[in-house]
Amino acid sequence: MKVFIYPTNSLILSDLVERFGHEPLTIMQEIGKKVTRQGLDSPPMNITPEDPKFGLKYAAVEVPSGVRGRMSLFDPLLTKAEAAIIVRDPVISFGCMGCARTNELVNFLLRAKKIPLLVLDYPDTEEDAKLFVYKISEFLKSLKPVEEQK
Amino acid sequence: MDIITKMIVVNSSKLLPSDVAVKLYESRADVMVKETCFGVMVSGERRVVDSLLLKIRQLDPYGIFIKERGFAPGEPYRCRATRRGGARPGFHNLESEDKILPHIASALKALDRGEIPGKSKQKKKLDINKFREIIEKTEVSQ
Repeated sequence: MKVFIYPTNSLILSDLVERFGHEPLTIMQEIGKKVTRQGLDSPPMNITPEDPKFGLKYAAVEVPSGVRGRMSLFDPLLTKAEAAIIVRDPVISFGCMGCARTNELVNFLLRAKKIPLLVLDYPDTEEDAKLFVYKISEFLKSLKPVEEQK
Repeated sequence: MDIITKMIVVNSSKLLPSDVAVKLYESRADVMVKETCFGVMVSGERRVVDSLLLKIRQLDPYGIFIKERGFAPGEPYRCRATRRGGARPGFHNLESEDKILPHIASALKALDRGEIPGKSKQKKKLDINKFREIIEKTEVSQ
């Protein structure tokens, strides 16, 4: 099953989803498609003026173009998502690398999609980590594996 | 042909990034290998990279973590060498998650042992009366 992860570039979530036999949907896949395309119009991410237009599917024209540009990257992932794992308030979503409005919108869209959803917190201690991994493994086991679907 | 790059983050007490790199070279697969401070980056055809990393993970299943990377190794827009140093974007998230990788590793071991963790204690927010008490105690009387 295709599992959306949030934070979308998380190493831990991406690894765990793959480890338990599912396909993680990560932002790196979409960025990879953009930056390996022939002809780089707008380096480094190759987000061209066309992209915020795709973002109009999710946000109005008054919304900052950064949100719409990011949403154009998230769009294929949100469309493909069959389940999702969300980590509440990750440190990385704060600051220049994050966009609070996009994050809120992505979380809202995932909830509105009515797909199986697991919401967790990042662990601080070993005991928390055990519960974190256990919850993820149980959640992923309850989903159909990729092979069965084929 | 779908060319991808994957990052192998090594957080192990019995394995070094150089060991992983040597194993990758030994496989003679048609991939590009780049050793880094946190592990190794592998770039190649998706099918080849995926099957190769499945074997590499077996070297230390609890100490190797893998994720995909958008940019290829040495990409001039990302590489520190062409950006006059400093951490590359994306490193900060890796750094923040790297700190909890040992906990995740022991959690994976516990899961394989069939351990079922108990409910963790919910962190309570500080009670307002208790907070008021602390303020009153620390206030300097004039």
